[in-house]
Amino acid sequence: MNHPRTIIEKVWDAHVVAENPGAPTLLYIDLHLVHEVTSPQAFDGLRSRGLKVRRPEHTLATADHNVPTTGRSLPILNQTSAKQIAQLEANCLEFGLTCYGLSSQRQGIVHVIGPELGLTQPGMTIVCGDSHTATHGAVGALAFGIGTSEVEHVLATQCLLQRKPKTFRVEVSGALRPGVAAKDVILALIARIGAGGGTGCVFEYCGSTIRALSMDERMTITNMSIEAGARAGLVAPDGVTFEYMYSRPYAPHGADWDRAIARWRQLPSDEGASYDKQVEIDAGQLEPMITFGTSPGMGIPITAAIPDPAAIADPMERESVRKALRYMGLEGGKPLLGHPVDVVFVGSCTNGRLADLRAAASVLDGRKVSPKVRTLIVPGSNEVKRLAEAEGLDQVFRAAGAEWREAGCSMCLAMNDDRLEPGEYCVSTSNRNFEGRQGPGGRTFLASPLTAAAAAVTGVVTDVRTLL
Amino acid sequence: MKPFAKFESRLVPLPIDNVDTDQIIPARFLKTISKEGLGDQLFCDWRYDAEGRPNSDFILNQPRARGAEILLAGDNFGCGSSREHAPWALAQFGFRAVVSTSFADIFRQNALKNSLLPIVVPREIHAELFALPPGATVTVDLAAQTLTLPDGRAIEFPVDAFARHCLLNGVDELGYILQQETAIASYEARRDLVVDTLRSSA
Repeated sequence: MNHPRTIIEKVWDAHVVAENPGAPTLLYIDLHLVHEVTSPQAFDGLRSRGLKVRRPEHTLATADHNVPTTGRSLPILNQTSAKQIAQLEANCLEFGLTCYGLSSQRQGIVHVIGPELGLTQPGMTIVCGDSHTATHGAVGALAFGIGTSEVEHVLATQCLLQRKPKTFRVEVSGALRPGVAAKDVILALIARIGAGGGTGCVFEYCGSTIRALSMDERMTITNMSIEAGARAGLVAPDGVTFEYMYSRPYAPHGADWDRAIARWRQLPSDEGASYDKQVEIDAGQLEPMITFGTSPGMGIPITAAIPDPAAIADPMERESVRKALRYMGLEGGKPLLGHPVDVVFVGSCTNGRLADLRAAASVLDGRKVSPKVRTLIVPGSNEVKRLAEAEGLDQVFRAAGAEWREAGCSMCLAMNDDRLEPGEYCVSTSNRNFEGRQGPGGRTFLASPLTAAAAAVTGVVTDVRTLL
Repeated sequence: MKPFAKFESRLVPLPIDNVDTDQIIPARFLKTISKEGLGDQLFCDWRYDAEGRPNSDFILNQPRARGAEILLAGDNFGCGSSREHAPWALAQFGFRAVVSTSFADIFRQNALKNSLLPIVVPREIHAELFALPPGATVTVDLAAQTLTLPDGRAIEFPVDAFARHCLLNGVDELGYILQQETAIASYEARRDLVVDTLRSSA
C-alpha cells in the first residue's frame, strides 16, 4: 500500500487538487513569483475576463530582468524598459500583490530573493514565468518555470494543469578538489547527459558531494537543471537547509517552526524508492569546467582541447558543433586555455549570491584585473549587496579594478544596457551561452566565479588552480 | 480559440539541434507589454544582418518559406528560456506546426496553448523530411494524429490527449480550470496550507 516514494512524488502527491479523466492533474501552487517581463500579458488576460488574483498572499513580484544596474537614484533611460517596470508596479497595485520594486531594499533577482526571504520553503510547489525557477528546488521544493498563459492560470486559480513528471536521480559523490566548484558539477552533468538529457524529468540531486554543499552552492546546481532539459531539480532538505531557513523573514517562527521542521523531515525520498532514470557523477575526479560552444551542454574540462567536429559521428550534431565553433570563432582540436577575454561577468541567478561573490573575491583579493578586461560584478539582490559590502567584498572588487553594480539579471540576458559588443568574448558565471544571449554577436564561455575571476586577472581563459 | 483544422503545407527546414528561445526571439524584444508585433522579430539575429537587412542565406528569407506553415527543426527545439514570446512570434509569422525529434518541455506547453502544434517524429522520418524537395507538401491532421508524407504514408505522432481535445474543440484551458472551483476550494480547506506566506510575518 505505502510504496516507497521519492521526494518528487511526495511533494506532487501533497498538491493534487483533482484528477479528472482525460485531463492532466490539477496541481496546487504554494508560491507564485512574478517579474516584469513575462507577466504583463497575463494581467491583461485577467482584466479582459474580469478575474481577480485568487491568492495574493501566495504571490510575490519583483523587477529584475529589465532593470538597470547603475545607481538606483538615476532614472531608467530606456523608455520601453521604464514602461514595463512601471506596468508591473501598476499591475501589483491593481491586483493587491506585494511587489519589491526598484525602490525596495528587498528587490533582486526573483530566484535570489525567494530563498533569501524564506518564502521558498521545503515541500512547496513554486512557479514563476522564468525557466530558472528550479533554483528554489535547492531547499526541497518542486519549483519550475512556466509560460505567460500559465502565469495567468496561476494568478486566477492558484492551480496548474500538469502531467506528472518522470523522476531522475543524479547522484554526485566524492570531495571536490581545490578550484572546483558547484558550477563545475552542473556543467559536467549537462555535458554528460546533453542539453535535452533531462527532458520530461525532475532531477533529484543527492550523494555526498551535494550534502557537503552550502545552500548557495546547491542553488547553483538546481538553477541549471533546465539547461539539461529538466524543468525542475531539487535537493532533499537536511540540517544545512534547516539552518539556512531559520529566522529568515518569511520562514515559520516559534511553534510554527517546530511544526514545519517535523513536516520537512518527512520529505526525503524513502529507502527503496525507484526512479525512471539515474546517473552517477564522480565529483572527486572533476576539473574546473568551461563551455566552448553555444549550448550549455558544450562543456569541457578547462585543460581539455575543444572537440573536433570531424570526429563527431552524428551528422546533425556535427553540424551543430561546427556552427557553434564558427560563431565562437574557435577551432576544434585546439586548447581553450590562453584564449583572450574581453569581459568577465560575475552575477545572475546561477552565481550571484554571497558565496559566489566571496569566491570571486578570493581570487581578486590583492590582484588587479587585466587592463584589457571589463569586469562586472553584479550582486543577485540588494540583500546580497548589503551583506557583501558589510564584509568588504565591494572594496576588494573596486581595488582590483572591477565594476561593483546594483542588483539585477544584467549581462546574463542583456535586456538592459549591460551587454557584449559583437565579437567580444566573455567568461560569464551565468547559465546560457546561446548565440547573442549576452548581446548580439557576443560570445560566452560559461564557468564558475573562481574561473571567471581568474580570467579577469590574466585577461585570458585560465585554470584558476594556477592562481590558488 | 479557433478549432485547429487539418492543413497542408510546405516545410521550412532549419537543420539545427537545440534551437533555443533566445534565437527564436532575442531577449531585447521582450520589453514589450503586449503579445503583438513579434512575428517580424522571429529569428531576428539569423534573419537580419547587423544593419537590419535580410540575410539571404537564411531560410526564412527564401521564397520557399513564403506562406509555409510548418517549421522542420533539429532535436530539442525550443530549449532555454520559458518566454511564451517564442510561440507567439512563430505563430504570428504564420507557423502552425513545428516538426522535430524532440521539444523542450516548457516550449511544448507554451506552443500548445497558442495553437502551434509540436510534432515529434522518429529520427528516420525526420531525416526523410529534410531530404524532401523544396516544393513538397505534407498534411497535418491533429484529429487523426498523423503527418502525411508526399508519398501518402501517414506517420502517427503523439500529442497530449487533453491538449488535443482543447485544440480540436477550441477549448480554453483557463476556462476549464475555473470550472474546478469546488475542487480547488475543498483542497484549500482540507490542506494544512503551509503558511499564508506573504501575510504571515515579515
